[in-house]
Amino acid sequence: MSREEEQRVDTQRRRFLGVATAGTVAGTAVGSGALTLGGLAAAVATDAASAPRTEPVSKIHRWGMFVDASKCADGCTACVDACDQENGLNLQSEPHGSNEAKWQNQRSVWIRKVKLQDRASGHVTNLPLMCQHCEHPPCVDVCPTGASFKRADGIVMVDRHTCIGCRYCMMACPYKARSFIHEQVDQKLTRAPRGKGCVESCNLCAHRLDEGDISTACAQACADENHHAIVFGDLKDPTSPVRQAMAKQASRQIREDLQLNTGVRYAGL
Amino acid sequence: MSKRIVYREWLIQPERYWGLLAILATVIAIGGASALYMEHEGHWVTGMTNSVVWGLPHVFAVFLIVAASGALNVASIGTVFNKPAYKPLGRLSGLLAAGLLVGGLLVLVLDLGRPDRLLVAMTTYNFNSIFAWNIFLYTGFLAITIGYLWTMAERKGNFLQRPVGIFAFLWRLALTTGTGSIFGFLVGRSAYDTAVLAPMFVVMSFAYGVAIYMLVLLTSFAWDGRPIGPKILRRLKNLLGLFVAGILYFTLIYHLTNLYGAKSTDFESFLLLQGGIYTLMFWGGWVLVGGLLPLGIIYHPRLSTDRNWIATACALVIAGGLAAMYVIIIGSQAFPLEMFPGKSVLAFGAPGDIGGAVAPYMPTLAELLLGIGGVAVAMLIVSVGIRVLQFLPESLSDRDMDGLVEPV
Ligand code: SF4
Ligand code: SF4
Repeated sequence: MSREEEQRVDTQRRRFLGVATAGTVAGTAVGSGALTLGGLAAAVATDAASAPRTEPVSKIHRWGMFVDASKCADGCTACVDACDQENGLNLQSEPHGSNEAKWQNQRSVWIRKVKLQDRASGHVTNLPLMCQHCEHPPCVDVCPTGASFKRADGIVMVDRHTCIGCRYCMMACPYKARSFIHEQVDQKLTRAPRGKGCVESCNLCAHRLDEGDISTACAQACADENHHAIVFGDLKDPTSPVRQAMAKQASRQIREDLQLNTGVRYAGL
Repeated sequence: MSKRIVYREWLIQPERYWGLLAILATVIAIGGASALYMEHEGHWVTGMTNSVVWGLPHVFAVFLIVAASGALNVASIGTVFNKPAYKPLGRLSGLLAAGLLVGGLLVLVLDLGRPDRLLVAMTTYNFNSIFAWNIFLYTGFLAITIGYLWTMAERKGNFLQRPVGIFAFLWRLALTTGTGSIFGFLVGRSAYDTAVLAPMFVVMSFAYGVAIYMLVLLTSFAWDGRPIGPKILRRLKNLLGLFVAGILYFTLIYHLTNLYGAKSTDFESFLLLQGGIYTLMFWGGWVLVGGLLPLGIIYHPRLSTDRNWIATACALVIAGGLAAMYVIIIGSQAFPLEMFPGKSVLAFGAPGDIGGAVAPYMPTLAELLLGIGGVAVAMLIVSVGIRVLQFLPESLSDRDMDGLVEPV
């Protein structure tokens, strides 16, 4: 980030500080559900990340998701398919001469359907798993160039122009959320640029947010299928659908022990 | 000190020298071509996947870098710990350290997804990243080693030899710890979640560095008929024995801590019992070939006096070291990340996507050739260095060394 840009973000940051504090106070004042979320809301992005390519984003929001695994239907892949379309993942083609089984583990995946069985009870759970948009993201900590960064609004993403493809972030991510582009890219979408030798992962459909559309392709597809297992929204806004959903039901983080304060929370797990 | 050490350029016949260079250059060219091929096609031509993201090139690179810092120890023992018998060995030690580091770094860089963005890596730093710190540690090491060589070679710089030597020694400890920490900082991976990793890397670096050093010393001396006395050889092989025993000791501690830490027992049973190739590499490579066999040779009353057997022990330590790196780097990635305790993963994404199961990894030829290319770069630097500059002492025979052993 150039000094100029830095200053711009800084002023922006200061301007929003008051608003953010007000938001936090309001957040903690609402109901008991909100109290448990106090930590989440207070967890203001301190190590300010650089802004996306256009304009600085603000930390009055923290985007995140609530997933109710009990609503996630066995065999349904609506979210995965929607993400593939939205982010051009379906445009990837298996390189000529590659081996199909290996390719399955080399192609880029942003969201996956995970199916679990409880070893004691035999109970089967389905859930979508994607980048958890950690508040303390190990991928960002380890990235040597700062290409992995966290936006002020909590979205963790990769700057494709500074990523050197060292894959250290993939080693560090506890959720296997990241993919390395192993092949030459022939077709891609402007909203989801992709390049051989770089790492990428779910960015919570940042292109939608940056255009003011508060939704993600996966949550929308799930709702369209009438499952409503994924709720997306602003974790700092107590009136947002995601906070409403979280207030009603207990939820937890995957690998809570690592204390990463993830932006994606799961119920029914 | 009663005697002066005489250093002389490597005097093997030109045909032999140029033949050696030609072979090394060819190996390097093949390694370079492999890297180009990987870069051009993308990493799909390697065995690496989104599960095993660091493959065979990292095994070679980390091994070379770790060995580089260990190779400098021979010089440190001479200057920092004031053992006169090691003084004549110092110059080669510095040169070898520099060569190994350059070889390792080249492999590391050429395995990047975007090696063309090296400039980005050199100019944009994230100071939270241990990886970024390592870039400083490595370049600093190179600079210090060159400075150290100068203090050893140039009489005007002699008085600086000890302070620079101490600094280099501390720097190399930091470098190995830094390299070990690359893995130590990965919170999500049970295999690395232990404090034993850093000291284990330090001892490994001692052993691998000394093993390579001895092999290079024995070969270069044999080729132009310089004498090495049994005394210095005994010292060096005892040193190697000590370090190899140290590796076995830390390996034991590492597994004990993992076994007692409840979280890592699954990983332990994978590594020690059911891990297939990784279990084999651990017991057969890391413990037997890299540990017990060389120890057996080094402390065998008869074999330990035969320089061919000593060289064999060194080669075994090196082979075992590569196996150990393979287990540490690749085995821990192949082992599934534990995300859902108490649950079995029935599916993890599309069919064929590996999540709950051990990830397959089969290195391809391109990866192997790139790694070997890095080794050849190190050897080329050493060969040219000892040929054109005065790095090798004339003689390490007991008679010539005796005067050095007793400081006046
Ligand atoms: S889930 Fe992984 S990729 Fe996403 S922010 Fe956390 S560590 Fe980074
Ligand atoms: S692969 Fe790219 S984003 Fe990931 S750590 Fe390396 S430079 Fe950063």
